[in-house]
Amino acid sequence: MAHRAFAIIAGALVALLTLGPVVAVSLRAGGVGGFAPGDWGAIRFTLTQAVISAGLSVLFAIPVARALARRRFVGRGALVALLGAPFILPVIVAVLGLIAVFGNNGIFNGLLRALGLPSMTIYGLHGVIIAHVFFNLPLATRMLLQGWLAIPSERFRLSAGLGLRPWAAYKVLEWPMLLRVAPGAFAVIFVICLSSFAVALTLGGGPKATTVELAIYQAMRFDFDLARAASLSLVQLVLAVVAGVGALALARGDGFGSGLDRVVMRFDAGRFGLALDTLWIMLAALFLLMPLALVAWNGLAGLPMLSASVWQAAGHSMSVALGSTLLCILWALPLATRRGELIGLLGIALSPLVLGTGLFLILRPYINPLSVALPVTAVINALVSLPFALRILRPEAEAIRQDHARLSAALGLTPWAWVRFVYLPRLRRPLGFAAGLTAALSMGDLGVIALFADPDRATLPLHVYQLMGRYQMEAAQGAALLLLMLSLGLFWLFDRGGRVNA
Amino acid sequence: MTKGFIIAAGLMAATAATAQDNVLTVYAPDYITSEWGPGPKIEELFEAECGCDLQFKPGDLLPRILLEGDQTEADIVFGLNTDVTKKARETGLFAPHNVDLSPLTLPLEWDDAIFLPYNYGHTAFIYNEEKIANPPASFDALVNSDDDLKLVIQDPRTSISGLALALWVQAVYGDQAQAAWEKLAPKVLTVTKGWSESYGLFTDGEADMVLSYTTSPAYHIIAEEDRTKKAAIFPEGHYFMVELAAKVASTDVPELADQFMAFVLSEQFQSMIATGNWSIPAALQQDKWPEGFKELNLPEKVLFYSEDEAAELRDTAIEAWRTALSQ
Amino acid sequence: MLELKGLHLKEGDFDLRADLGLRAAGRYAVIGPSGAGKSTLLDAIAGFRPLVSGAVSWNGQPFTDLSPAERPLAMLFQDNNLFPHLTVDRNLALALRPDGGRIGAEGREKIAQALADVGLAGMGGRKPAQLSGGQQSRAALARVVLQERPIMLLDEPFSALGPALKAEMLDLLAKVADRLQALVLIVTHDPNDARRFAPETVLVSEGIAHAPQPTGPLLDNPPPALAQYLGGA
Repeated sequence: MAHRAFAIIAGALVALLTLGPVVAVSLRAGGVGGFAPGDWGAIRFTLTQAVISAGLSVLFAIPVARALARRRFVGRGALVALLGAPFILPVIVAVLGLIAVFGNNGIFNGLLRALGLPSMTIYGLHGVIIAHVFFNLPLATRMLLQGWLAIPSERFRLSAGLGLRPWAAYKVLEWPMLLRVAPGAFAVIFVICLSSFAVALTLGGGPKATTVELAIYQAMRFDFDLARAASLSLVQLVLAVVAGVGALALARGDGFGSGLDRVVMRFDAGRFGLALDTLWIMLAALFLLMPLALVAWNGLAGLPMLSASVWQAAGHSMSVALGSTLLCILWALPLATRRGELIGLLGIALSPLVLGTGLFLILRPYINPLSVALPVTAVINALVSLPFALRILRPEAEAIRQDHARLSAALGLTPWAWVRFVYLPRLRRPLGFAAGLTAALSMGDLGVIALFADPDRATLPLHVYQLMGRYQMEAAQGAALLLLMLSLGLFWLFDRGGRVNA
Repeated sequence: MTKGFIIAAGLMAATAATAQDNVLTVYAPDYITSEWGPGPKIEELFEAECGCDLQFKPGDLLPRILLEGDQTEADIVFGLNTDVTKKARETGLFAPHNVDLSPLTLPLEWDDAIFLPYNYGHTAFIYNEEKIANPPASFDALVNSDDDLKLVIQDPRTSISGLALALWVQAVYGDQAQAAWEKLAPKVLTVTKGWSESYGLFTDGEADMVLSYTTSPAYHIIAEEDRTKKAAIFPEGHYFMVELAAKVASTDVPELADQFMAFVLSEQFQSMIATGNWSIPAALQQDKWPEGFKELNLPEKVLFYSEDEAAELRDTAIEAWRTALSQ
Repeated sequence: MLELKGLHLKEGDFDLRADLGLRAAGRYAVIGPSGAGKSTLLDAIAGFRPLVSGAVSWNGQPFTDLSPAERPLAMLFQDNNLFPHLTVDRNLALALRPDGGRIGAEGREKIAQALADVGLAGMGGRKPAQLSGGQQSRAALARVVLQERPIMLLDEPFSALGPALKAEMLDLLAKVADRLQALVLIVTHDPNDARRFAPETVLVSEGIAHAPQPTGPLLDNPPPALAQYLGGA
């Protein structure tokens, strides 16, 4: 079948692009190396923080997504769009934003001191977790929200008609959805947190917070110990795959069947539920938007200091973002299956440094890697965004196949007509979200471009780092604000395109 | 979206690099090559002199050279630090510079035949004098100061300045380095991956002192007319940090490469580099420094390990740091 | 003639066998206790379910190995007969052009005619959700009409409708089937539907789909398993 062939090609490409670089690096090193004494501690810390961060992100996302799913209020659309923002900020900017809120001289401690309470420090394991929840809570919320919106409103009507108590309705309708969606969200966030490094170190407060990725960085750029870098990145891959297999095994459960597309109406929220929902939405908005607001505020002064080259960088970033978005979506469509999702996880599990170095080694004999810096970045960004796109697309893709496969087969729809008239239109909402996320993600991503950087082809995040590296903190914050606005704009456009009613 | 992609593809395709005989390829870190670094100025000055095309290729220097080996396109590597010279030298990829070293004005002897210094500075803790009226007057005073004094430093495993700090503590305290780090630990607010993150935290007011360079205040004086940022000078001495250029042995334009190495110590280059790279010129008498640099507090005593000593002490110094700060 | 030869289906520990023939243009009800395998039988004929053994053929031409769309039949399911995101026109156009291609003037004419046949003239621009239950059934029937297949399989298509509406739909179905000269096989759990629509009935019970027998006598004098299912009716 044509669909299967596409899936195999797409899967093979992912495997080739992730495992190829590891092989290239280990071949160059003449094998994989052993571990240093600190490495086991690093693995332990990496696992601990990733499990707690992913767990809390998903746990807090449940009430927030539920509240957003059943409340209509002014600014809801804007809030949902803004929720994407923390995820797409360059790490350094987001960390400065977080510290402006939770740091020693942050707003939060200012408040505590004003109330005569002892101040708290953000630096430590809890700081790492706060930061990771800040980055990933929005992602988890959106994934769960998508799950809630995928429950046909007929089901809620039915449960209201049956007079189910909230708890019973929850168990019948929402719990099965959570069982289906939450493990996957956990897995994706767990894998993101596995490769955290600068955030973990800065907010972890010191070498206690050493992650595997830091050890890879050290091995790669400081010790030039490729063998050790290769073996550490394999450890990271294995952890990610184990998490992925575990989550996908857990995430059983059927879809909800198709409903006729009506606006979701919920009948099950009483006055207490209303108050609780409002509280959760406010808490999440406060937690996520305050650091962003400070990033924006600090950036305002820097905006006029930006030179013409910032626009060139912005142009590069936009083209890379659009290119990776198209690529990622094309890649994700045939892979939106259980097996495909597992393969897709490889993309974020591999250290960007190893990925970049491996690609450099592979490409070098044929072309000058610098001359293809932007296309390579676009491909890598697509690869790295693939797991998110798949996590978002898969549940609905499966539901579509389940609901409409028989009718399509009975009509004898050609594969093209199926994709054009059934698959894509039915998938529009998650597709818009996935495309928006990919675009924003690759706007903000620094990963590989730093290795292949070229002054004429700098992207906006690289521009931000370059400014900071030259004392120009204000201009850097201005460029970061520009980046934030552009990323959000792209995210909003795509996401909105997916939600507008046809 | 299709349209966007075509534009993207077009932009990406417009990257054809042309090979010419008269091209000098210089590998340099991107803080050098970026718009705000000295790269564009170096390119302008040297091209006017040589009638050639100088092309910067930014990126990680040593990892890249090691990956490429003698296949490298580089003619010059610009921006190396002393912590990598040993490994770089061992590759045998670099050729002697043949530049007369007598014009050097470094605070120590330099007779390296391969690595040529073009500017230097020292590790130092920078503070804002409006916030800290009485900064520690010595390293010992810093180590024994009140735990309320908050420092941000860089990780010696991921940052050159971080490594310099570890060696600095090693040079000042020797066997007692770990004990010194243990006293410093409660004052270390956090450790960052690189210099930029630390400095950002400091300028945002999160920390009282930041590990940076003796030359950092020059930026604030010259670019911002801000004289509140000061380097705390310690009589125990400050660790010497120098940036280096080297000629690649396999260059296909050896004359151009030699010309560039000589250009590095020329007065033209040297008087530009201070404000270009916010560092002290390696071969320029103090009276010719830019005004802001003449105001700097500079240490009397300079600490420095030769590359062999540094290689030997590196693991010990980092381990002392790691152990003390992990408790 | 639709022939089921030595048909054997299996699902878990459930078995169904059939060995029977149905006349072209005939109308048959499929009736039997819940879970006896009525839908399973239709799914097998339509090609949605693999056979353990046996063959299905139409006028002597076996079509066991063909995909559902290549078989000489059209099927109406219990639900999901229309794509909810497409207008009725678009849904019907896909029945004419499964490759999604453009519909010419002739095709548009056909669609309009089919809609008029089922009493939905002028409603082609609506989406399924904007139609009532009865109208959705009519639209689905129009889809089957357009497919113009000699066999129509219907799996309790009107079970959600009220008695009056259902009777109306069955009459419409009869009219359409007559015009197309199509063999109709309709699963129902309502003996009145069977009496009204089908002169003959296939009884499915105890793992066997029996050869068709006259509907009236069968229902007047049902075998024990069917009698229990029909209860007092």
